[in-house]
Amino acid sequence: MIANLDQIFVLLKQFVIGLLPASWQPAAGVVLCVVAIICVFPALFAITVLLERKGLGRMQNRYGPNRVGIFGILQPVADGIKSLTKEDLVPLSADAVVHFIAPVFLVVVVFMGYAVLPMGRNMTLVHLDAALLFYFAIGASTELSVFMAGWSSRNKYSLLGAMRAVAQMISYEVPLLMSSVAVVMITGSLSLDKIVAAQNQYTWGLPHWYIFTPWGFAGFVMFAIAATAETNRSPFDLPEGESELVAGYFTEYSGFKFAEFFLGEYVGMLSISGLGTTLFLGGWSAPLAVLGWVPSWFWFFSKIMLSMCVYIWLRGTLPRLRQDQLMNFAWKFVLPLTLLNLFVTALWRFMGDGWERWVVCSAILVLAYVVMGRTGMHRDHLGARRYRYAD
Amino acid sequence: MEMIFYGLAALTLAGGLAAVLLKNTVHCALALTVAFAGLAFQFLELDAQFAGFAQILVYVGAVAILVVFAILLTRGSETPMDGVFSRTWLAGLAIAAAVFAVLSWAVLGSTRALPGPGGAPAATPTATVMQIGNALMGRYVLPLEIVALLLTAALIGAVIVAMHEKAGSL
Repeated sequence: MIANLDQIFVLLKQFVIGLLPASWQPAAGVVLCVVAIICVFPALFAITVLLERKGLGRMQNRYGPNRVGIFGILQPVADGIKSLTKEDLVPLSADAVVHFIAPVFLVVVVFMGYAVLPMGRNMTLVHLDAALLFYFAIGASTELSVFMAGWSSRNKYSLLGAMRAVAQMISYEVPLLMSSVAVVMITGSLSLDKIVAAQNQYTWGLPHWYIFTPWGFAGFVMFAIAATAETNRSPFDLPEGESELVAGYFTEYSGFKFAEFFLGEYVGMLSISGLGTTLFLGGWSAPLAVLGWVPSWFWFFSKIMLSMCVYIWLRGTLPRLRQDQLMNFAWKFVLPLTLLNLFVTALWRFMGDGWERWVVCSAILVLAYVVMGRTGMHRDHLGARRYRYAD
Repeated sequence: MEMIFYGLAALTLAGGLAAVLLKNTVHCALALTVAFAGLAFQFLELDAQFAGFAQILVYVGAVAILVVFAILLTRGSETPMDGVFSRTWLAGLAIAAAVFAVLSWAVLGSTRALPGPGGAPAATPTATVMQIGNALMGRYVLPLEIVALLLTAALIGAVIVAMHEKAGSL
């Protein structure tokens, strides 16, 4: 019964394609899975958008939307209707073909990333040996769509936003990849299924998730920073800075194309949260061995929604980083720490089991963080924080 | 399947032709990206997963962006005044033909190991990531280190060029 609940989507799929003739079954299975992904993740997008507006509102000491439906629950529906019925403006001197292709390309590329995420036991769409490489290759293509959007609008603000966004995404792609390489080193495979399977073990009831190791924790923090920057989320949302660049690279988009960009951004956030949970938080494995009876897909989706809540929390809390602060942070702080993390991961692997490796690895990482942080602050002539209160 | 190969080949050729025939330079860069993507899909069709995904990651994700940045930061984004065809096209044609000859000699030489068009599927060489990794770290470690040196030199050169401009403008 419990195993059935865990595999309920797989069983449903097998039931549905069992109703079709045998020659159509493989193709029908793939189509069914793709349709499921295309239906589920935009639904999660709607929930996330509502959560964000209410959550940000509460963090800023106000209610969020509360007019449409009880507690504003139907707000995403209203937003959808609005974006479908708004006039679609294309500037006269804009490059019409590229202007049209850019949001479409973004949405296509972002959805392709879901093909390799293991969303539950036996619930991966495509089993690839080089799954992680596929994901990063697809993620690298989103930068192209951002550039196309900014350039085709023939608008200085758009172009400026696009250049900033592309520079930011390229800079943070290196720490993103390097922090994932540590996971690949320990697991010995690029396949996301094997990475989850390696974390699905329990010692004394506690799981072997990589985040519970020193290098995994450091790697997860750096992955989270790089993922926030890759999706242009606050505090890295200068390219989209609402108070500075109008709307950055999607200034000239209205109506449904803007909704496509919005969808692409949030679905991209969900996707990269999915990758982060797969690499560091154990994917679909339960947090405690005793909770193994809860379906695996429940754990995966709750971890993704938890990551979304952390994203929203970050947005409501931290101020925006300036472009040069952002780039300095990437190249001078996060990247050296990811390289050091690779070294620490190797040390962890070759020191063998025992308490020494915990102490040594944690000590190296904490020391490096403190030393680099202090030298960076000293170089920028920043001292200890002084608070000034109005009297 | 042959159809896939012909379709992808047509896509790659169309992208390459568009990259040299279009007037707007940024359009040319985007067409070049389509050609890169076509090559990547060819790799994937031949079951070379690592090569295909690395091609997308490096070419579409980085080199195309680099080309586009270079176009934008110089003044190449305006439509060119004196035509898109260069005056030394004969030399260009000769060099392209020479490169094509060398590449086809290399490719045809390596297919001696594979069966002919009517032969049974013999041991097709698999190139999993593990085998590529082992080869890079084992047999081909010297070329790997030389390429790393080259990349470091390029990185340092880029930093020096950028730094020089700032110091020169002061």
